[in-house]
Amino acid sequence: MALNYSEKVMDHFLHPRNIGKMEKYDGFAEVGNPVCGDQLSFYIKVKGDKIEDVRFLSFGCASNIATASIMTEKVKGMSIEDAKKFDWNKIVEDLGGLPTQKVHCSILAVDGLKKAIEDYESRG
Amino acid sequence: MDVYLDNAATTKLDERVLEKMKPYFTEKYGNASSIHHMGQESSVLLTKCKEEIAKRINGDPDNIIFTAGGTESNNMILKGVARANQGKGKHILVSSIEHASVLKPAEQLKKEGFDVELIPVNSGGFVELDQIKKMIRPETILISVMTVNNEIGTIQPVEQIARFARKNGIYFHTDAVQAIPYKDIDIKDWNVDFLSLSAHKFYGPKGVGLAYIDRKINIEPQVIGGGQEYGLRGGTYNLPSIVGMTEALKLIYQEKDEYINRVFELSQYLWKRIKEEIDEVAINGDPGNRTPNNLNVMFRRIEGEAILMDLSTKGICVSTGSACSAINLKASGVLQAIGLEDYHLNSNIRFSLGKFTTKEEIDYTVSCLVDTVKRLRSFTPIK
Ligand SMILES: Cc1ncc(COP(=O)(O)O)c(C=O)c1O
Ligand code: FES
Repeated sequence: MALNYSEKVMDHFLHPRNIGKMEKYDGFAEVGNPVCGDQLSFYIKVKGDKIEDVRFLSFGCASNIATASIMTEKVKGMSIEDAKKFDWNKIVEDLGGLPTQKVHCSILAVDGLKKAIEDYESRG
Repeated sequence: MDVYLDNAATTKLDERVLEKMKPYFTEKYGNASSIHHMGQESSVLLTKCKEEIAKRINGDPDNIIFTAGGTESNNMILKGVARANQGKGKHILVSSIEHASVLKPAEQLKKEGFDVELIPVNSGGFVELDQIKKMIRPETILISVMTVNNEIGTIQPVEQIARFARKNGIYFHTDAVQAIPYKDIDIKDWNVDFLSLSAHKFYGPKGVGLAYIDRKINIEPQVIGGGQEYGLRGGTYNLPSIVGMTEALKLIYQEKDEYINRVFELSQYLWKRIKEEIDEVAINGDPGNRTPNNLNVMFRRIEGEAILMDLSTKGICVSTGSACSAINLKASGVLQAIGLEDYHLNSNIRFSLGKFTTKEEIDYTVSCLVDTVKRLRSFTPIK
């Protein structure tokens, strides 16, 4: 496997932050990439206009776990409006780059977050 | 602890093979096509290597063409035979579980106007002769079925298929790259016309292999140049590697019984412990009629590459699906062909044992695997 993950990716893969189920949440979404078959679930808890807490579950590759992990760190405490504009490039940059064929993992993570926000908003 | 359980991807060179190869880099380096004494010594050696290999596989030494490995041999045979025999017909049958180095040339031939069909396999991972009987036509020119599958290790009924093909006047090729030393290759008894081998799968050097080609059959050469190998494959003979492959083949067959027993016991032991210590696991492919080095296991609800990377940080090398195409994100075509459900396609690990594998390494692997699976299952969204 010629995948050269950065140390930061490996750190988040081996020690994912904000991982696990959330029992009481305000928004939830499940997303998957049909090509690679990987999946992510996101839970968010909202207070005022801010994401107070966020957690995720992963059926995915090392990069899937790592990108979701670092994203949850970034958006925790962020306003809903800013979180909606969150750019996946930020994740790739922050992780010290991703192998080309793994960039889509970060897009999946951001997609999951946005769907969880949509779910929250649809609940009114 | 470093544990290498990816011997189906490649093997470590046997030290004894390395010793045999050494003089041909710096002392006896003559070009086998040169007329002077150094060249002629190389040429004599080349012939000896072919004779030695031919004895092992019960073929004709004049039908052995050295190549740069399994990929080149498969390309040469598929494209060379199809293009040279299209006057007889343009229909080709290729099994659906072939290695990419057969499937890709087959796709290329399809684009050139050949009618290429994939032979399905049953859920055990075997091509069935009855299926082939239904698929052949008067214009079928070539059937290609691998001897042993690289992902799940299933042993295909190539003798049966080859005999049938011969009776029907259809050429038969088998990619035997994964078969050594688990099957005694016997070109004459099996009735195969074409066969591919690669040295790095049996403790020989990388980048050398052979195409066995029945030279009574027309084949269009793919690599042309200085007329080497009867004009069928140009390029200066790679003597150090050819010597290495010959020696590796000799050694692996000499030590075959002990080797197979060891690998069999260790892989049985590995599976027994996995089954006892980890829930929700299954073997992919028929558990019986497969090479004993291969154990392809499904770990339900977690993802193969994550398992692989986690084990890799602990020093253990395994592969997901097919190692040769690890860079390709698509799920394994072989596991799809044996009918795995979509949601199971990404949860598989191939352990491939080899002659240097020890029981301690297996013990260490299982203890790491237990932790890895537990960790990944603790946060899977799949129920
Ligand atoms: C069944 C099979 N055929 C062909 C090949 C390609 O051989 P090589 O690596 O020598 O090109 C491989 C593995 O790489 C294989 O497993
Ligand atoms: S490979 Fe698709 S999400 Fe990682």
